[in-house]
Amino acid sequence: MHSLIGSVFMKELANDILLKKGDSAVFNIGKSKLAFTTDSYVVKPIFFPGGDIGSLAVHGTVNDLAVCGAKPLYISLAIIMEEGFGAKDLSKIVMSIKKAAGSSGVKVVTGDTKVVERGSCDKIFINTSGVGEIYYPGLSADKIKTGDAVIVSGPIGDHAISVISKREGISFGTKVKSDSASLLRLIRKALGSSREIRFMRDPTRGGLATTLNEITSDRSFGIALEESQIPVSEGVREACELLGFDPLYLACEGRAVIVVSAKDTGKVLRAVKSDRFGRGAAIVGRVTGEYKGKVYINTRSGGKRLVDMLSGEQLPRIC
Amino acid sequence: MKYIDEFRDRRLVERTASGIRSALLGREYRFMEVCGTHTMSIFRFGLRDMLPKAIELLSGPGCPVCVTPCEYIDKAIAVSRIKNVIVTTFGDMFRVPGSRSTLELEKAKGRGIRTVYSTLDALSIARKNPDKEVIFLGVGFETTIPTVARSILIAKSEGLKNYSVLSAHKTMPRALQALASGERNIDGFILPGHVCAITGSGPFGFLASKFRKRCVISGFEPSDIMQSILMLVRQKKPKVEIQYSRITSRSGNPVARRAIDVVFEDAPSIWRGIGRIPDSGLNIRKSFSSFDAEEKFGIKVKRAKEPVGCRCGDVLKGICIPTECRLFGKVCDPDHPIGACMVSTEGACAAYYKYNRGNV
Repeated sequence: MHSLIGSVFMKELANDILLKKGDSAVFNIGKSKLAFTTDSYVVKPIFFPGGDIGSLAVHGTVNDLAVCGAKPLYISLAIIMEEGFGAKDLSKIVMSIKKAAGSSGVKVVTGDTKVVERGSCDKIFINTSGVGEIYYPGLSADKIKTGDAVIVSGPIGDHAISVISKREGISFGTKVKSDSASLLRLIRKALGSSREIRFMRDPTRGGLATTLNEITSDRSFGIALEESQIPVSEGVREACELLGFDPLYLACEGRAVIVVSAKDTGKVLRAVKSDRFGRGAAIVGRVTGEYKGKVYINTRSGGKRLVDMLSGEQLPRIC
Repeated sequence: MKYIDEFRDRRLVERTASGIRSALLGREYRFMEVCGTHTMSIFRFGLRDMLPKAIELLSGPGCPVCVTPCEYIDKAIAVSRIKNVIVTTFGDMFRVPGSRSTLELEKAKGRGIRTVYSTLDALSIARKNPDKEVIFLGVGFETTIPTVARSILIAKSEGLKNYSVLSAHKTMPRALQALASGERNIDGFILPGHVCAITGSGPFGFLASKFRKRCVISGFEPSDIMQSILMLVRQKKPKVEIQYSRITSRSGNPVARRAIDVVFEDAPSIWRGIGRIPDSGLNIRKSFSSFDAEEKFGIKVKRAKEPVGCRCGDVLKGICIPTECRLFGKVCDPDHPIGACMVSTEGACAAYYKYNRGNV
């Protein structure tokens, strides 16, 4: 996917804002510093434990704004659905969007609906775009320094496993619910606790490993992870052992990766944990001068290995 | 998690590594880990760094996808193009390059190709689609062959007329014989734990008695592999020992073997990159020919074209490591695999690419 983006889209459309490759585009209009983002949602199945395509579409876009230090204000909602898509299901999804938007404090201010022939899309696809106002400027991977800590706001992989288990009809001993949620409040608490937060991202498609590789790529630092510190819920562990997945590569939809100075690590961790979506937060690694441009992990068994970007086949239609 | 956490315990792994260092007594050893899952485990848990330099580990041919000939993929693609056929396959096979295409590309063109977790799924698809022929791509070693045999027995007992298997099954012992007598001097084998759970230890005894190779049947967790290496180093006389005693026994699984014997018979087999090995494959017996996709469809394909410059064969035989292939990481990577060793989740090249490019 990264090479497709680079060789096709970036090649023709690159500009100073796009090249920053942030979760949101950040720019000034007059005196206002704004963040603007877009995402499309094709998750299958459309209803899964812990959420649905509607709530996912709102949380995903709200989170992409929040991790850039923005207060999300307005979102657009574009729906493409198959002819004959059930009115009951559509209503459920719309109610879900309403609830998610309400709890995130955003308004749906513009929208579009397209109905296509049966078979032209799989039930329903949603695109949301969002705009917000930056209140914590300057978050950038350029600010990251050796010695900084990497915090994850909760257990990883719950969203991917909940979707896969519903899709494949597999149940595990411990039920797994998607972590899809608005990170707004949690991030506000984190940003309110320190002026030394360098960078944040939500680890969606490709999981924690891909997000961290995106951070280190072509840079003069690396990241060292401690496997024993990475929070993974019991249900996700069971699923990974059974299905052969590595939790590092599983999508989350309600988690934040926060890079913060060594000095303020404790403060930020406490602030994140004070939020109900951050109870499982942990310091998972450090920024290091070794292994520049790469991520490696100290395994729980005492060894050490590279953590590469996800390549090859990803789990399809996770978000 | 029970049976997982205990075997990943750091202190146990470190203690065993220390035991290996003490047991070496100045000697060097070259062991082959046969199974692709062992290769992945060794990398995933960072075990190479914990072992003394005197232990060299080579990857072997125990990746069923990697050793499946190009021609088989071409046949699977050919059969998927027949009207009203649904090809069902384990996910691994999806992206393996054939001479001209892959199952993934064919699916994108609209062919009926589906990934399944087991033959139970394939049977279910056959029952739900009586007007379609459902063909299961039978690729795998002794671990999964009993489930394929069982699916044919179930299909026969139900009178299911639209289910068949395209068999490329392979068995381990004769392949290891070829390696034991081959070019690379190997001191011993880390034998595949789950294959041996079916076969028992008996079929591998000749490696010790005739070829004087040390053998240990190993589990897949870090302390399993470390303990197996310790056991190999400590052997005074070559023998086949079982480290993976919680799953494997000397007698294996006779019920599973009986199912295999009823449905399949030994046959020569082509191992991609290695060549023809007698008695290393399984064909479906004549009495079950109505479940044999090869018999049912008489599949003919053009002569297979192996990719130029690909050294998968040498990797599978332990003659070179993936990074020594000039295509590795340059034109061959997981997104654009040239050979099967790069595309399979158990392939040595895929393991090296994922875990060893940074030379950690």
